[in-house]
Amino acid sequence: MKLAIVKYNAGNVQSLTFALNRLGVDPILTDDPDELFSADKVIFPGQGEASSAMRSLKRNGLDHVLTGLKQPFLGVCLGMQLMCERTEENHTECLGIIPIQVKRFIPNGIKVPHMGWNDITKLNSPLLKGVQEGSYIYFVHSYYLPVCEYTTAECTYDVPFTALLQKDNFYAIQAHPEKSAEPGMAILENFLKL
Amino acid sequence: MLTKRIIPCLDVKDGRTVKGVNFLELRDAGDPVELAERYATEGADELVFLDISATLEGRKTLVEMVKAVAAAVHIPFTVGGGISAVSDVRVMLDAGADKVAINSAAVKNPGLVNEISAEFGSQCLVVAIDTKYVDGTDLVHTHGGTKPTKLETVSWSREVCERGAGEILLTSMDHDGTKNGFALDITTRVSKAVSIPVIASGGGGNAVHFAEILHNGIADAALAASIFHYKEVEIADLKTSLLQNNIPVRI
Repeated sequence: MKLAIVKYNAGNVQSLTFALNRLGVDPILTDDPDELFSADKVIFPGQGEASSAMRSLKRNGLDHVLTGLKQPFLGVCLGMQLMCERTEENHTECLGIIPIQVKRFIPNGIKVPHMGWNDITKLNSPLLKGVQEGSYIYFVHSYYLPVCEYTTAECTYDVPFTALLQKDNFYAIQAHPEKSAEPGMAILENFLKL
Repeated sequence: MLTKRIIPCLDVKDGRTVKGVNFLELRDAGDPVELAERYATEGADELVFLDISATLEGRKTLVEMVKAVAAAVHIPFTVGGGISAVSDVRVMLDAGADKVAINSAAVKNPGLVNEISAEFGSQCLVVAIDTKYVDGTDLVHTHGGTKPTKLETVSWSREVCERGAGEILLTSMDHDGTKNGFALDITTRVSKAVSIPVIASGGGGNAVHFAEILHNGIADAALAASIFHYKEVEIADLKTSLLQNNIPVRI
């Protein structure tokens, strides 16, 4: 299988690569449109700040490439947020794959970022096959997607938010599957089997 | 519900885990990668590695260790010790660390907190604060707790939060190594003063101590070292006990 990880200036992919290696896949890290279009599957990681991440994508023309992909695509963490219409983080226009706006957690009686292990419920995704309702996965984020028609798993931190989603071939997860012990490995493995 | 985190800490010197009492008298506590795997299996929520190697050789060993840990475990881990520039952070993140912890370097150059969080995001930056009660005031100490500063602990915590720290690792030097319980007072005051998570460290000796510090409104996570290394407290037993005390933890 040819698995491509989108290369741009947003976050380290070392742990993700190790996790995929453990599942028997050797991903390529690339920003080459041909490589991305010809991959069997694409993972879109992301950490850090949204506006600089979007600038980095646009500089390479990757914004147009990603929205045109037809194979199974998995956005992770900031990657998921960048797939949306726009985010409150520095009022950034994003890729627009998911027609939803990303909001900021209000640090009013809660700590922000939402950091740590939280349980996911209302599981309804092929990525969650074998993952039990109420499983804990690892989150680190200050912005969130409200629950919407594309939500395939929910989590709650002050407010309910989207933990996983799907729209057509575009899948996404707010948590870090590569850091989420057994449930996280199951999610990655299910993605590889799509 | 967001759970409280239990975090074993591994002090690393020249590629081996060591542990001292009140920052002194180091004892060998094993291979860090093996310990990391053991902790991940036993239910640790995160790991922290603090490198206390003084030499360049020791630092190189650390990068190799970070790669080995990232390949072996699938829970988040933080690396600290000797990180004093954006370039040091990049090396650790590229090797597979999820977060870095800075301590003395932040005191020396507070702008480093802004620089790192702007470059890599707040989520990967832990500011470690060693605090000690001196003549009626909680003062920040640096260089492994050997040098007192003029910074008051709560105001310094607030400052690093405003500058972009993602988390605070607060170690009470008065409590560290004593196993008599965490520092409830200063941890509570720091936690109330900042909007970011606080990891309490120093003094955890049994499940009751962890329950006290993780109770509502105090710490978001609790860290300990030797009690886990020497199996005086088993992580699984600790978590069961916390659940019985209505403290949410991941089992």
